[in-house]
Amino acid sequence: MSDTHEHSVAFVRTTEIPQQPAPMNAAGPVKWMRENLFPTWANALLTVAAIYVIYLILSATLPWIFGGLWTTSSLAECREVLQGKSAACFSVLTERWNQLLFGFKYPSDMYWRPTLALVLMFVALAPVLFFDLPRKLLIATILYPFIAYWLIWGGTVLTPIFALVGFAVGYVVYSRFVARNFALALSGGVAAAMVAWYIGSLIVSLIAPETPLLEAVPSRDLGGFMLNMMLGLTCVSLSVPLGIALALGRQSSMPLIKWICVVFIEFIRGVPLITLLFVASVMLAYFFPPEATVDLFLRVVIMITMFSSAYIAEVIRGGLAALPKGQYEAADSLGLDYAQAMRLIILPQALKISIPGIVNIAVGLFKDTTLVSVISMFDLVGMIRGPILASTDWNGVYWELLGFAALLFFVVCYGISQYSQWLERRLATDHR
Amino acid sequence: MTLQVIAAIILALSLAYLYSNLAANLRAAGLNISFGFLNSSAGYDINQTLIDYNSQSSNLRAAVVGILNTLLVAFLACITATIFGVIAGVLRLSNNWLVRKLMAVYVEIFRNIPVLIWIIIIFTIMTAVMPSPRDFRGDTPASSMLFDLFAFTNRGVYVPGPYFTRGFGGGEGSALNWVLVIAVLVGSFFATRFLTARANRIQEATGVRPNTLWTNLAIWILPISIFCLIFGLTWDIPALKGFNFGGGIKIGGPLIALWFALSIYTGAFIAENVRAGIQAVSKGQTEAAAALGIRPRRVMSLVVLPQALRVIIPPLISQYLNITKNSSLAIAVGYADITATLGGITLNQTGRAIECVLLLMLFYLVISLTISAVMNVYNNAMKLKER
Repeated sequence: MSDTHEHSVAFVRTTEIPQQPAPMNAAGPVKWMRENLFPTWANALLTVAAIYVIYLILSATLPWIFGGLWTTSSLAECREVLQGKSAACFSVLTERWNQLLFGFKYPSDMYWRPTLALVLMFVALAPVLFFDLPRKLLIATILYPFIAYWLIWGGTVLTPIFALVGFAVGYVVYSRFVARNFALALSGGVAAAMVAWYIGSLIVSLIAPETPLLEAVPSRDLGGFMLNMMLGLTCVSLSVPLGIALALGRQSSMPLIKWICVVFIEFIRGVPLITLLFVASVMLAYFFPPEATVDLFLRVVIMITMFSSAYIAEVIRGGLAALPKGQYEAADSLGLDYAQAMRLIILPQALKISIPGIVNIAVGLFKDTTLVSVISMFDLVGMIRGPILASTDWNGVYWELLGFAALLFFVVCYGISQYSQWLERRLATDHR
Repeated sequence: MTLQVIAAIILALSLAYLYSNLAANLRAAGLNISFGFLNSSAGYDINQTLIDYNSQSSNLRAAVVGILNTLLVAFLACITATIFGVIAGVLRLSNNWLVRKLMAVYVEIFRNIPVLIWIIIIFTIMTAVMPSPRDFRGDTPASSMLFDLFAFTNRGVYVPGPYFTRGFGGGEGSALNWVLVIAVLVGSFFATRFLTARANRIQEATGVRPNTLWTNLAIWILPISIFCLIFGLTWDIPALKGFNFGGGIKIGGPLIALWFALSIYTGAFIAENVRAGIQAVSKGQTEAAAALGIRPRRVMSLVVLPQALRVIIPPLISQYLNITKNSSLAIAVGYADITATLGGITLNQTGRAIECVLLLMLFYLVISLTISAVMNVYNNAMKLKER
């Protein structure tokens, strides 16, 4: 058989032909473009239209941005330098930088205090956000609210210290009795903390020095992007525990508690945040004791916290509902009581499911902090629309200021949502 | 049980505490709770109203004007947001890389910047960038009208307004004309529904579907055109009169800013819902439909969309709810919605803070509860029928 070819075929190749590269239009960038940009006529038209739109946007904005001025001292001076050319007048950002960030009333020699608080915020948030870090860093997180309060508001250092002491006393009482009865321990802890705070406030009013280490700043002097950050951070961190409590209350088998939670959640979710801010600015004062003067910042924090806790409660309720019933039954069969079952079995799983939802609410809440400008608080938007655009120097520089505000919010919110996606991948323990 | 009793006592005590504080504060301020102010004259003007209103009208009427304005902007924004959202959501799944990325950028930019900033940006475009009516005058005007029909000015957009020369109510025309127009359109709608049902029956019986496209088009177009011819439909074209435009319909800058900002902002959220809904339909469904020999376009409309809608509609309705609630930001640009009339000017003029805020909340609560009731009915109807 081996000699058949010798008679039938004139030539047989004995070596292999080296591999040829793929044709031009079937590989590399050309193939990619054919498949992704110009697969059909309609699609090609769409691509051309998209390129045109991008060109329009970029050709309008890029020269405007790169031709921008950074060093003039007023809009009139900008116009003089530009001589009719269209370019940005970013000098408003450099000149009013501190006002945009800290508001126009915060004492200018104390800007280092909120800046330091911001830097410390990253230290405090790190162990919460990235749980690979050593757990001991959580101490920084626990201490942070008190340090930040002292840095931003100033006043005597005794106030935050006694606040901390109150929490510590409450916690000691709670952990002493928690083994016996959870509800009793919790109410005992709260009562002990209250007593400690009351004694603390007496002591502070007695021994507080005349001139504290850090000069006190009233909260109506806060403003700018700092105010947005403070409102966002405070309200989110306060509303998560409140939201958990509301969600558990809504699931509760006790009709009265369930009824209270349902009414609260549905009421808050049914009205816009702005009406709640109206409540804070014009109505809430009527519900405090006549002699008490609760400042606007605290009233706004109360209302925004109530607002976001209702939404967070609904997210967590979704997480609770998503748990298989077997988990509840397993906890019961292990002989755990309600508090133990929730703390050790149900909540860790339910919260993990709810994290993306909670982050969404947090981003939405952070964006909504701009609404306080409507009740004449000078946050970033309030600063731009109020003092800066109303000043004679900068009357008319809309785009630079609004663009800056938009950019700040975009960076923060986009960052948070990217983090949440990373966390979701990190926490995905199933279907691997 | 004990816990409930404790909760009841705490609740009663705190309510009593709040009430006693309220009573003490009101006594100290010499106020009382009364809704009598609603009947007194409002004393302020509103520039954009849907019903008759002047500064002598009562505060109640001002509130009704505000309610109608809220519903108007919410309705308009719901429609346009849905259009933007569906287009962007579908294009985000396009196989065109550039379009896909462009839509992703749109969604991310609009979702991550507060809606208040968007409203202010668009309001600034409306007031600071648009030409003033003065620029339209002269032999070589600095700006001109679009198609000689639309005028974009910094006082608002003027569009041609339709009216009937031979309709009821004489030259001014009455609302009856428009009721008739709607009646004709509703009639056409039911006629086409009937025709489609008949086509379905014939298809079931014989396997051949009669072509309904042209008859449907005729049913939609013919009656309404005949109606308009009989009643003499004419367009009132806006034109420069003195220092401002006259004629046509004026859509104020604040309304446009609010409408457009709410639309693009919420559109970005709806786009994500639409994308998630379409992606939630498993690929096997498309393949099974293709295996049955259904053409690609009908696969979309008969197989994918009905299943995707089940996922899309509930979040869509809650986005509509968000639009309605976010329309309260009208107060930032001076659009006279319920928050700006009842919660803004009326509140400041009468000092009736508690009453005004309570009424305001009541209004939004009623709207939200209505919409969630509708949503529950829909969800029950669309629920997967399980054995």
